[in-house]
Formats: sequence, C-alpha cells, structure tokens
Amino acid sequence: MWSLSSISNAIHTWLNETFNPTWAMIFEMVIVGVCVIGLFAVLGLVLVIMERKVAAWIQIRLGPNRVGPKGMFQSMADTVKLLVKEGMTPNGVDKFLFNLAPLIAMIVAMLLMAPIAFAKDFVMWDLNIGVLYVTAVSSITVIGILMAGWASNNKYSLMGAMRSGAQIVSYELSAGLSILTIIVFTGSLNISDIVLSQANGWWIFKGHFPAIVSFVIFIIAVTAETNRAPFDLAEAESELTAGFHTEYSGMKFALFFLAEYINVFIVCAIGATLFLGGWMPFHIGNWEAFNHIMDYIPSGLWFFGKTFFLIFLIMWFRWTFPRLRIDQLLNLEWKYLLPISMFNLLLATALAILGWHF
Amino acid sequence: MFIVNYIKEVLSAVRSLLVGLRRTGYYFTHHKEIITEQYPDNRDTLKMADRFKGEVVMPHDEKNEHRCTGCTACELACPNGTIKVITKFDISPEGKKKKAIDKLVYHLELCTMCNLCVVACPSDAIVMAQTFEHSVFDRASLTKILNNPDSKIMEGVE
Repeated sequence: MWSLSSISNAIHTWLNETFNPTWAMIFEMVIVGVCVIGLFAVLGLVLVIMERKVAAWIQIRLGPNRVGPKGMFQSMADTVKLLVKEGMTPNGVDKFLFNLAPLIAMIVAMLLMAPIAFAKDFVMWDLNIGVLYVTAVSSITVIGILMAGWASNNKYSLMGAMRSGAQIVSYELSAGLSILTIIVFTGSLNISDIVLSQANGWWIFKGHFPAIVSFVIFIIAVTAETNRAPFDLAEAESELTAGFHTEYSGMKFALFFLAEYINVFIVCAIGATLFLGGWMPFHIGNWEAFNHIMDYIPSGLWFFGKTFFLIFLIMWFRWTFPRLRIDQLLNLEWKYLLPISMFNLLLATALAILGWHF
Repeated sequence: MFIVNYIKEVLSAVRSLLVGLRRTGYYFTHHKEIITEQYPDNRDTLKMADRFKGEVVMPHDEKNEHRCTGCTACELACPNGTIKVITKFDISPEGKKKKAIDKLVYHLELCTMCNLCVVACPSDAIVMAQTFEHSVFDRASLTKILNNPDSKIMEGVE
C-alpha cells in the first residue's frame, strides 16, 4: 500500500541534517501547525457549502447558486464578509472571558486533530491512548460554551450554555460506552492499532450485532455532543435567538461556527476510524485479489470518503428530525441510550471473550 | 412485561425515524422537482397560481364595457377604505335617470388583498389580478381608477 510516510520521513531527515534537532523539531511543529490551520480553513469552507447544499436538496430547493460555478464560492464570500465585520464586545460582558471563549472552542477543536490518522502512517501524534485523549479533550468544548454563555451577560446565552452543558455531560456517557465496545474488541486505545486491527474487515461488519448497535448509539450521541439538530437546544434559533453565541459577531462568531463544523468533522473521523476502518480500504476476510484491488485506492481517500459519508449522515439527521425538548433529550439519554449501550457493552465483552467476532 | 414494551418502544421509534429519513432521502436523491423560483431570471416564463391575489382590476370587454352597477357593495365590504365609488346619474334616451359609476377609485397602497370586495360584488364586476410588481417611485400612481375612460355598463347587468 502506498503511504505518505516516505514524504514525511524525507522532510524529517532533511530538517535534521540541515539544522540542529531543536530547530528541526520547531520547524516540524510549524509545518504541522500550518497544515492544521490550512485544513481547518478548507474544512470550514467545504462543510458550510456542503451543509447548505444538502439542506437545499433535502428541502427541494436549489441552495446557493450565484457565487462561482453552482454557488461553490458562496462560503468564501461569507468568510470574507465575516472577516471585514466588526468584532463587537458589548458593554455589559465580562470582556476577558467573552474574548477567550471562542478561542477555547477553537483550540479544543485543534487539539482533537492530533491523534487522528488521516492516511497510512500519517498521524500528527501517534500516542498510545489516542481514543481516551479524544474523549477527554472533547469534553473541554463545554467549558468554552459555558464561558461564552456566562460572559455574555444575557439570559438567552446563559440558558443555551446551561442546556449545552447538561447535554454534553450526559451524552458523553453513551458516546464513551459505544467507543468502549470497539476498544473491547481491539484491546487497544491506540488509533493506529485500531485501524490496523480492521485489515480483514471493518468492525461494523466484524463485530456483529453489538458493533451495529454501538455505531447507531455513537452517531446519536455525537450528534448531541456537537450540538447539532435535532439536539441543537444550545442554539435553538426559534427559542434562544442563537443560544450561547447570541452576543458574538464578526470573526468571534465565525470561530464558534468553524469550531462546530470542525467538531463535526472530528467526531465523524473518530466514528469512521472506530467503526468503518479509518484509512483502511474495504477488505473482505481472505479475498486476496479483491483486497489487493481495494489497496490501489489511496488510504487518505478512504479516510475522507468515510468521514464525509458520516458527516452527510449527520446533516441528513439535521434536516429531517425536529428539535427535542430538554426533558425528552435527557429521557432519551438516561432511559434509552445509556441502558442499551451498557447492555450492548456486556454483550460485546462476551463476544470478545468467547472469540466469536471474526 | 416491562422489558417487552421497552424493546417495542425502541423498535417503533427507530422505525419512525427511518420513515422520516427515507422521505428526506427521497427528496435528496430526486433532485428534479425543485420548488425554487429564480424570480428575476424566469420573469418571462413565470406562472402565477390562480389563487394568487395581486390587485383588484375591473375587466372590460372589447366594446369597452364593464359590469359595475355602482352599487357600492365593494366600498362597504372593504375593511380599510381602499375602494371609493363615485357615482353619477345617466339620462337614458327615454328620459329616465339611471345610477352608474363615474369613477371607481382603488388605493392599491391601502389594499391588503383580502378579497372581500370581490366576494361582495353582486355582478362580478371586479376580480383579483395576478400582477405583483407594484413598486413605483410616486405614491400617487398607486391610486388607480379601475373603470376605463368612456366605459359603459354592459347591457343586461342590473
């Protein structure tokens, strides 16, 4: 299988030969940082236009179709608009926290990128507890949101933030348990190991019934964790104007907006890694010829294809289901998702111990 | 039997969600029946619905005759004084006086397109037209006189 490690190794050796190790390290960090920021910008643009097009097509509309070919530059025009707008800080707000909150939301999204395997041998930080890291860091998002809601000094913002807090804290449980189901099968928290363990088939096929159930629960839980409809109570346009980012404008609002989309990308990437094999091509057991043909498709393409499929699924949810009420939201988590995922985890453990998975 | 009901509930919930997803998925994949009207571009081919109410007009036939008897039913029916009927008395050849309209003044800027005047008209003299590009630079041009100059009432309309 062709891999990107040759390029990264070449850059690494060249930097180490040219500069001393400290400077080489710093340069590598700068390169990675620039790549991440570039990826953020591209993802923001692509996901916004994708969301608007998916929404339009589902509602039998045309969507943006004026700027550029078929409206494809619409999100760029919107970005330019947001960049030149005034970043207002209203009078009554807690200025420090108010300006810090969008940065926290953004930094969390950036941190989450670190352990994700984008292609074969193409990971920023291949740490041995990658999945744990992601679940741990992703809960910092709620601090950014609560900070924004509190610092805004606005009822709607605070209500949105509190709802978001309740929501993220409760849905993290079932997201974590459904992730655990796969961890039980693989026996490793390292994302590269998890991907490699799917070389003879993705977990959603290999893990039988428990894997499918945990996939469904994972998708529901991450939709709630990223505050997207039908779980968008934190923003709830029709009730709270815009929830926690009511008072934000210009680029500070854009950072929240971008962070939401990046979070969607990251949770979908995690979902694709755990359940759909990450960058691993579609392999069926021992069919050598078939597997070999699948290997010709670059691994990065597989990763982004699966991730975007999951993102499309989440967008599809958004434009199909009505928003839940707060009590329905908590009922769904505590009465349905959590017991089911606990039982499911038990079942998966039994399967793993008995060795019934492929 | 709690657990059976619980499982049934979950399954029916999943099924109803799938029904919704199938519907929106159908719309997403059948990307032909677009309801968006790209208005200024399709101005030539734009087809308004029959029930669309744009403004009140008084149709005249080719002999420049209308059906309005000047009964002022529309003026009385109008909730916000949009219509003003100015009547006159025609002298018929036999020397009898007959009530007729001089002007039927219609203030488009006051009209809410409620259709009550059209419903109230006993002789179907006024109808709703489908025009909708009403913006003008001078407010005076929104005050319209619905009957054509020198128009007469149609034979046989009482």
